[in-house]
Amino acid sequence: MTRSRIATATLAFASAALLLTACSSDGDSPDTSSAPEGSSTAQGGGDEPVTLTWWHNGVAGDTGENSLGDYWDKVAADFTAEHPNVTIEIEQIQNEDLQRTRIPTALQSGDAPDIFQQWGGGELADQAQAGYLMDLSEPLAEDISRLGGAVAPWQADGTTYGVPFQFAVEGIWYRPSLFEEAGIDGEPTTMDELNDAVQKLKDADITPIAVGAADKWPAAHWWYNFALRSCSPDTMSSATSALDFSDPCWLDAGQQLEDFLGTEPFQDQYTSTVAQTGATSSAGLVANAEAAMELMGQWNYFVYEGFTDGTDEGIAALHEDLDWFPMPATSSGEGDPSASMGGGDGFSCYVDAPAECAQFLSYLVSDDVQRGFVEAVGGLPVAPAATDAITDPVLQEIAQTSSDAAYVQLWLDTLLGQNVGGALNDGVTAQFAGTGDPQNTVDLMTAAAATQ
Amino acid sequence: MTALETSGTGTVPAAAASAAAGDAPHTPVTPNPRKAKLRMWAELTLFLGPALVLFLTFVVYPVISAARYSLYQWNGVEQFSDATFIGFENYARALFGGTDPATKSAFMTAYTEPFQAAFSHTIAILVLSLLIQLPLGLLIALVLNRRFPGRASVRVIMFAPYVLSEVIAGIMWLIIFDPNGVATRLVQAVGLNPPAGGWLEDQTWGFWTVFFIITWKYIGLAVILFLAGLSGVPQELQDAASIDGASWWQTQWRINIPLIAPTIRIWVFLSLIGSIQLFDMVWVLNQGGTTGQYSTIATYMMQIGFFRSDWGFGSAIAVIMFLLSFAVASFYMLVVLRRDNADRPKKVKQA
Repeated sequence: MTRSRIATATLAFASAALLLTACSSDGDSPDTSSAPEGSSTAQGGGDEPVTLTWWHNGVAGDTGENSLGDYWDKVAADFTAEHPNVTIEIEQIQNEDLQRTRIPTALQSGDAPDIFQQWGGGELADQAQAGYLMDLSEPLAEDISRLGGAVAPWQADGTTYGVPFQFAVEGIWYRPSLFEEAGIDGEPTTMDELNDAVQKLKDADITPIAVGAADKWPAAHWWYNFALRSCSPDTMSSATSALDFSDPCWLDAGQQLEDFLGTEPFQDQYTSTVAQTGATSSAGLVANAEAAMELMGQWNYFVYEGFTDGTDEGIAALHEDLDWFPMPATSSGEGDPSASMGGGDGFSCYVDAPAECAQFLSYLVSDDVQRGFVEAVGGLPVAPAATDAITDPVLQEIAQTSSDAAYVQLWLDTLLGQNVGGALNDGVTAQFAGTGDPQNTVDLMTAAAATQ
Repeated sequence: MTALETSGTGTVPAAAASAAAGDAPHTPVTPNPRKAKLRMWAELTLFLGPALVLFLTFVVYPVISAARYSLYQWNGVEQFSDATFIGFENYARALFGGTDPATKSAFMTAYTEPFQAAFSHTIAILVLSLLIQLPLGLLIALVLNRRFPGRASVRVIMFAPYVLSEVIAGIMWLIIFDPNGVATRLVQAVGLNPPAGGWLEDQTWGFWTVFFIITWKYIGLAVILFLAGLSGVPQELQDAASIDGASWWQTQWRINIPLIAPTIRIWVFLSLIGSIQLFDMVWVLNQGGTTGQYSTIATYMMQIGFFRSDWGFGSAIAVIMFLLSFAVASFYMLVVLRRDNADRPKKVKQA
């Protein structure tokens, strides 16, 4: 819309300029040469000036620090220094606003940013189907093979519509000092050991596990992990693409959750607890050592740091007493015990974006930029060559678990898309609240699938 | 953007026309019917035009769009032109599980029951507001209408919650009703147990906690309206009543309350519409509850439309909500408020 308006304006300006030069007697006007320069913005490529708009979720946190946003500013500045014809206009938007409101509205209006945050999975598939996304398979072919399997969630029907810059598996964060207090030796590797640890913590009057069920998805992640153990990789991929949840393994996941809920491992009033905001959130409970464990992604490392006083000593003290282990294996089920749930962040190019967009994404996931991402932000990179830049032992362990996993399954709500994924989260939350059951969770997903 | 542009261009000819019509303002109005008519139209365009354009763009057009979307199966991601027309299926899904027998029972639990829950919460809030807030607001207003030291500050305090933004008030109550918050500590201090699932998330207590917060928030409006009405009641009537030996209660019951009845009826109208559209406060308190235990029609619409990307269905809920408030408002206007509008000329005549 804007671009065509600019083109029209340039055209009008050019014809006016031509008219003027035609009228004037000495016609060595520089005006005519400036006209085509402006009008070719839509073409891309070459050295013509190009503006890329970029929407990402790197916003300042409570402390006012914004390491991710600052790093993206630097990446954009470095890229434009090498490509002087490219200008990058960045807009930092809070994650949920960006995902739920800004991007869908922008895509609908036909005036979307050239580069925008992309979470992959069902949402990407819907956007690709509606024809909003640029096919990156060709321009990024080398990068895609270099990054490996982690790109899969950003592909639909064999075509790549985005690239991840971060990908990590989730696991259980815990406070070793509380484990010690309760007399637990070593990290639980099976559900039986986890149940045993829960009992020991309860005996020692310590809240075993914190969960932010008020936000729904943190509760649902327990179900995802049980499903990962119950369902075979084939069922997992065929059922989630066909949206057919008739396999008994989905019910079994809910039943395992019911059994686990029966041991009362979570804090009191967990349906009133949010995940990240405030000292009484699940992250706050773990950060303040009021609960021993929490199932979460790698980002929670930084969420926990937010609950310290922000000084280096405070953060070091937290790191001393914070560790991580992968989700334990279950005794039954067809899933691989080493499979992990995971997810990441990436970017897509709008279908009408200039060709420089793909160039920029290629630069963004290059080994050097990925290494810088690790050093500046403490993120977990996708590029295998950048993993050696990780120095933090816990993040190293998470990266190791990712690469050791038989396969990494994308978060089920992301994979299934907003509608069916949202129904799943609602169903699991109802199980947590005591109003649902395994069958209800599967029914809600089936019903949502039937509406689309 | 487009609205502003249109309203801008809309006013330009209007202003020009009015300038043309009012060419000679100092001349006395001539009995020229054509000129007078032109002037009237020019004034109408000038004064009503911009408002009408805004109203059409931001009220009428969205209502019509929502009605159109509600007939489609649309995920909000694809262009609307690619959406599938399904007639009244979205309404059927919300009201009785849809027309397809294969999915009827699944849709009943997944869509009809949550919608019915949201609908019944809305109606419950509507009825309870009248049953609880009306007597309470009236009582407070009558008490505050008496003269006593510190009356002005008490009035301000009563009205303060209404002035607070919904989001700030909501977050304040979230902190108070936190599992480790003040409310829990207070209740524990007197030896009682807080609701098992948490103040807001408990299946039975959640709704009542929210209703308490709503009453706290909106009672100020009732009080201030009733006080304004009471200040219009002539002092002589009360003096006369006290000379006749009427008690305080009799004065209120026989004189003050009947005389502020029009104000009360207006408040009831505002309360009815406010209850049907209740959204912001409930949304801030965790979006109607993790299992929808205090959801309203508006929060359910937001949840299913925006967050579940079921735009056609969400639009159907929006239309149902619109029809409900339209029906209630029309009925109330025609049946109840009509008396107030008809009363006035009579009184003038009597005077």
